[in-house]
Amino acid sequence: MDRKYKFGVIGLLVAAVIVALAVYLSHYTVDVLQPAGQIGYKERQLLVFGVLLSVIVVVPTFALTIFIAWKYREGNHRPKKYNPDWDQSWLFESIWWGIPIVIIGVLTVVVWRSSHTLDPYRSLVSTKKPLTIQVVSLDWKWLFIYPEQHVASVNLAEIPVGTPVDFEITSDTVMNSFWVPQLGGQIYSMPGMVTQLHLAADKAGRYNGSSANISGSGFAGMAFQVAAGSSDDFNGWIARARHAGQPLNMASYNQLAKPSKYVRPEYYSSVQSNLYNYITVKYMTPLTAPRSTTAVPTAKGSQI
Amino acid sequence: MIVASLLGKLTLHSFPHDRITQGAAVSIVLVSILAVALITFLGKWRWLWREWLTTTNHKRIGVMYVLVAVLMLLRGGSDAIMMRAQQATSVGAHQGPLPPDMFQQVFSAHGTIMIFFVAMGLMFGLINLVMPQQLGSRDVAFPFMNALSFWLFTAGMLLINMSLVVGEFSAAGWLAYPPLSELHFSPGVGVDYWIWSLEIAGVGSLMSGINFIVTILKNRCKGMTMMKMPLFPWSVFGSMVLVAFAFPILTVTLTLLYLDRTLGMHFFTAGNGGNAMMYVNLIWAWGHPEVYILVLPAFGIYSEIVATFSRKRLFGYRSMVAAIWAIVFLSFLVWLHHFFTMGAGADVNAFFGMMTMFIAIPTGVKIFNWLFTMYRGRIRFTSPMLWFMGFIFLFTMGGVAGVLMAVPPIDFQVHNSLFLVAHFHTMIISGVVFGFFAGLTYWFPKVFGFRLNERLGKYAAWCWIIGFVLAFGPLYILGLMGATRRLDHYSAGLGWQGLFIVAGIGVAIIMTGVGLQLLQLAYSIWKRDENRDYTGDPWDGRTLEWSTASPTPEYNFAVLPEVTSRDAFWEMKRHKPDAEQPARYRDIRVPKNTPAPIIIGGLSLLAGFGFVWHIWWLAAAGAFGILVTVLTHTLSDDDGERVIPAAKVAALEAEFARRKEEAA
Repeated sequence: MDRKYKFGVIGLLVAAVIVALAVYLSHYTVDVLQPAGQIGYKERQLLVFGVLLSVIVVVPTFALTIFIAWKYREGNHRPKKYNPDWDQSWLFESIWWGIPIVIIGVLTVVVWRSSHTLDPYRSLVSTKKPLTIQVVSLDWKWLFIYPEQHVASVNLAEIPVGTPVDFEITSDTVMNSFWVPQLGGQIYSMPGMVTQLHLAADKAGRYNGSSANISGSGFAGMAFQVAAGSSDDFNGWIARARHAGQPLNMASYNQLAKPSKYVRPEYYSSVQSNLYNYITVKYMTPLTAPRSTTAVPTAKGSQI
Repeated sequence: MIVASLLGKLTLHSFPHDRITQGAAVSIVLVSILAVALITFLGKWRWLWREWLTTTNHKRIGVMYVLVAVLMLLRGGSDAIMMRAQQATSVGAHQGPLPPDMFQQVFSAHGTIMIFFVAMGLMFGLINLVMPQQLGSRDVAFPFMNALSFWLFTAGMLLINMSLVVGEFSAAGWLAYPPLSELHFSPGVGVDYWIWSLEIAGVGSLMSGINFIVTILKNRCKGMTMMKMPLFPWSVFGSMVLVAFAFPILTVTLTLLYLDRTLGMHFFTAGNGGNAMMYVNLIWAWGHPEVYILVLPAFGIYSEIVATFSRKRLFGYRSMVAAIWAIVFLSFLVWLHHFFTMGAGADVNAFFGMMTMFIAIPTGVKIFNWLFTMYRGRIRFTSPMLWFMGFIFLFTMGGVAGVLMAVPPIDFQVHNSLFLVAHFHTMIISGVVFGFFAGLTYWFPKVFGFRLNERLGKYAAWCWIIGFVLAFGPLYILGLMGATRRLDHYSAGLGWQGLFIVAGIGVAIIMTGVGLQLLQLAYSIWKRDENRDYTGDPWDGRTLEWSTASPTPEYNFAVLPEVTSRDAFWEMKRHKPDAEQPARYRDIRVPKNTPAPIIIGGLSLLAGFGFVWHIWWLAAAGAFGILVTVLTHTLSDDDGERVIPAAKVAALEAEFARRKEEAA
């Protein structure tokens, strides 16, 4: 009776914690579990599938653990049930080699398929023409270049809802990781290299992004936002950017690339052609130092 | 000019300016002075030197390893408290107590110290304390090298802590990815401190690995075939094979990084043909096996504990051995899962994801074998068993998180987030740390001759388990909310602060557990006469280490045992209730003390300091000194052994037999 009471209290306590947590979390966004884009949805689907499959193993294991620990405790000793030399059983051992092999076997198929269908390099299927955004991680902010629209922005990327977005990602400083969890998973940005990420937003909204890889003292301030709106919103934003900002040329780029922290969103009305190409290629030439801010004079840059 | 060549990069500005580091530096210096004064006051220098600092006895070395590791646990734990304090308060308009650069040094130090100087230290300590006795051996294969490994480990530990007093520590994370760790982005000496403390300690680890492999292969007593070895030596064998293959990779990788930083080479630089991706691959080719290096011995400890406290043979011994070797093999095929997000392509990611999942199979098998060791046993829930039960639940949950992250597209969403941080802390704390605490409690009477207080031990275990859930449960959720690791500041309104505060409370509870463990130690020493173990076998043990007196005499076994089965001591007790006294004892040769290991350790520390600060004469002098010491030691005529006469052995054994009888 006493013991039942104890279990009841523990059960109530656990329930109370779960309820409190649910109430607390309902005030906020749990980004990975509340996706707003098709890649994010599929990744969440995989996560949920994996959790459910694990539950099949974990719950019986825990129940068995508690049962065995309870039943065979010293205080409950029954000589008939004590079997100190019983130390192997082909049947039992085959079961617990076998069941995990089956479950992991299922999961490996999932791994193989999902690695290919959700490969970040894979273009999304859509009737709409994809939007290309070139992303550069800098100390300590993100530069977004729209090569077709000839505008650029810092720490804020606008995209149209329902249109696939091809992110081409590089770094003009150390390694960072480009992550917008509500849209879908991340990929590293690395100097001298271009990685790709194909995402899309299914609903309008502002989605938080950040760098997931430590990049120096301003690292925590590399939060940015991706704003998804209608195509009218997007066109309006492009038009405003064209009028609002200064041009992004070598001089203004070198200014921007200097280390700065917690940078507010900025816009550039035009982008010097081939700037992105220059940023990625310069690390491959032997004669330039690894950093544009110190090594590349404006005049030389503009010739590229 | 002269000063520069004499002192390298070292100037007055190298000493700390900010309050927090100054406080840490001053307290380190004060505690050191206090310790020196105390030893001098008690007149214990000669004793310390003869009995401990120059010893080559594996049990003494084991005690010193554990002592250093516990000190470092307190240091790493302080770092954890600072991190939690920062992340609970540094929100929106509020700044936390630490500036970003210092916060980054703190988490870099936390990771480095906890892995290299706490987990590795406890592991090598426990292996030294009990494995030779479990094999029925008088010592490890190479006692001198064993002492040298310990002093190199300690030199690395001292160097990393010197960074608090002189200069700064790395702010590039515990694995110091380039290009961030390259000179251009980290111009200070912090990364060099990181490199050299790991270089020195890493060489020590490699030597330990070789030493224990040879010990297991060559020093088993008569009759103990490989398949009659207890599970702990088996797991150590797997772990040390990994050490022997993995640590050379670490040593070389760190050397290449140092060459980049010092001689302007371009192995991993951003431009000029360097490739940071190569570093990331190399460091994880060491780093992933490292996880199994730590966890395999802990699995071995759990295997011993579960069998003893269930009073039953370990279930599925062959499966257990097979599982260890499956894990050893697979652990070298999974390193890429640490960077699925580097753009390797779907085929490569899928391969490494599948290999990672395969590891779950042998690990799951081990868990079921432990459960069925308990099944039909007579389980005593002592504090080691409590750690084990905590491990089963937490480790399984952490394992589920691990399997999820082995699916590359899921990993894309949680990589480098606090979900990942929570996952690996679950594995390391419940798998490794709980295992080592259980082992320390279990073997403590064997080492010191009295038991630890059970009640305080259980309170401590409960604090760790509950504190762990509170400290890391919220981090899983934070990761799913988009919180990345290593943030010194974040925006208000995201809902993260409440969870970070809960995590901070969890860490406070864990620290209460640590406090209880220290109290347990102090109280148990105070009340040691009440908990003396005169039988040598306080837990009704199964393996050979329990057949000797507690504490084990220097020579371990008066007469080397001969075994015919697994659980050798259990069988001996069963079939020969009172083992006959052997007619005659013989002289026993044991390794002699030597100052060479501590001298080499000290010289390594000086050389390391020289390399860090570019004080080249010091580095050269240190290296030359090491060479001279090694040659002097190697070429001396002394065979390095001394004799314990048979009469003394007989007296000690008679005393043990008398006490055992009295106790019975």
